[in-house]
Amino acid sequence: MVNTKVNLSGITIDNPIIPASGTFGFGYEFAELYDINCLGTFSFKGTTKDPRFGNPTPRIAECPMGMINSVGLQNPGVEAVKAIELPKLKEVFHKPVMANVSGFSIDEYTYTCEALDNEPQIGWFEVNVSCPNVHGGGMSFGTSPESAAEVTRAVKKVTTKPVFIKLSPNVTDIVSIAKACEDAGADGISLINTLLGMRIDLKTKKCVIANKMGGFSGPAIFPVAVRMVYQVYEAVKIPIIGMGGVSSAEDVIEMMLAGATAVQIGAANLVDPFASRDIVNNLPQTMEKYGIKDLNDIIGGAH
Amino acid sequence: MKQELFTIIKNEKIAKDIYLMVLSSDTSDITRPDQFVNIKLEGQYLRRPISICDYDENTLTLIYKVVGVGTEKMSSYEPGKELDILIALGNGFDTEKSGTSPLLIGGGVGVPPMFNLCKKLISEGKNPTVILGFNSREDVFFEEEFKKLGANVLVTTADGTYGIRGFVTDAMKDISYDYFFTCGPEPMFRAIERVAQTSGQYSFEERMGCGFGACMGCSCKTKYGNKRICKDGPVLLREEIIW
Repeated sequence: MVNTKVNLSGITIDNPIIPASGTFGFGYEFAELYDINCLGTFSFKGTTKDPRFGNPTPRIAECPMGMINSVGLQNPGVEAVKAIELPKLKEVFHKPVMANVSGFSIDEYTYTCEALDNEPQIGWFEVNVSCPNVHGGGMSFGTSPESAAEVTRAVKKVTTKPVFIKLSPNVTDIVSIAKACEDAGADGISLINTLLGMRIDLKTKKCVIANKMGGFSGPAIFPVAVRMVYQVYEAVKIPIIGMGGVSSAEDVIEMMLAGATAVQIGAANLVDPFASRDIVNNLPQTMEKYGIKDLNDIIGGAH
Repeated sequence: MKQELFTIIKNEKIAKDIYLMVLSSDTSDITRPDQFVNIKLEGQYLRRPISICDYDENTLTLIYKVVGVGTEKMSSYEPGKELDILIALGNGFDTEKSGTSPLLIGGGVGVPPMFNLCKKLISEGKNPTVILGFNSREDVFFEEEFKKLGANVLVTTADGTYGIRGFVTDAMKDISYDYFFTCGPEPMFRAIERVAQTSGQYSFEERMGCGFGACMGCSCKTKYGNKRICKDGPVLLREEIIW
């Protein structure tokens, strides 16, 4: 018997596998396919103060070993999430869920977090300061240590639950930003969000994505994510949730060796709807294969 | 929806850049005409959504157009090869809303889903007329197959090299119908929207991420809120579409 349980800011989860925000909706598309209670938890669809339609289509482009998306934070808004999505989720998911929150001003972040803080289903906040899809939006907060810290401080003031700050990799020095968030009171760091990318169609000679640029995800970005998790682990004491192209139990172990306490699965859910379940199922035997008895023993093990 | 391994039985060219693929496995998840499958191809990250042309208990017929690297790869697959497929996706056409004389309009690669729809409408005792629109003679396919079902079939080509010269809307002028179903390119939809006299259903195409409603990659606005082409569509009612 191996131990896959990890402690994420005071909440023990059965395993470190967490479907990433934006690839798992509010859970029910997947609950139709398998019992999603096998997951450690999942991070629900990025939620904002007001409802958002998001960006024009096409929003999706294929890439070698990955994809670009430019959804633009489509979501029904925090009031509908509380009134409709969370009660629906309660029917199919009986564990604490991670609330992913975005905003376009400090006030929007605090409004949304405050509105969700007293929801008993929510175990953690994951505050997205990095979404590259929205003009003048989340991007600006995540690209400087000062503004990332400002969001962290503001959100911490209005919440009682652990707050993870989800960082953008589209910066020159992710370590200083992670450090600033820790100093501002963050309980943990999630990284990485998508890398800014672009594809051009040779037939039309135009950008494939209507919004031209989008967030590049998938196995192609995995080495970038491992490197950033490794660097941030050296600089901060708070737990890290590692993500970016994770597609197998082996990838989960590699991410944890780099320094992640838990690991998110993103694009893999979209090309294989059973990916997260399969990773959960494959994890114990993969641990055995590499002589790992307890996942807690390998967090940051590569350092 | 379920994930299923299908074995290719046949994969052959039937018109310019158009291929017909027959696969075998369990098709019991299909509930309506114009649902689609999402196919994993080696070396391609995203699956390829292809509409279902026809099916019986254990065979699935797809007709697809080679438009890029993915579909080009598909066209090279030999019988016996297994494909990882998500089946059956999307809402499909609702034939219960149809009158007794429905008009089916397929444009180019929008023709295939009309086939199973036509079959179903005839089995329900309806009397469908089918308009198949193509650019040129070399693009034409499935005219005979529709005729064999017992439908009244009209073919148009934009360059006049086969059938009626012009667009599907030119063929619509002289037909009486009490409902319509259509699938094809959006300029064709806009032309139909200008001349159509009845209620109807449009089947849309969009670049998709997942194909099963998770990623919000293919959203559109309708009169009744945002919808996902993959999950809440691909079929939208004429009354709800914002053009």
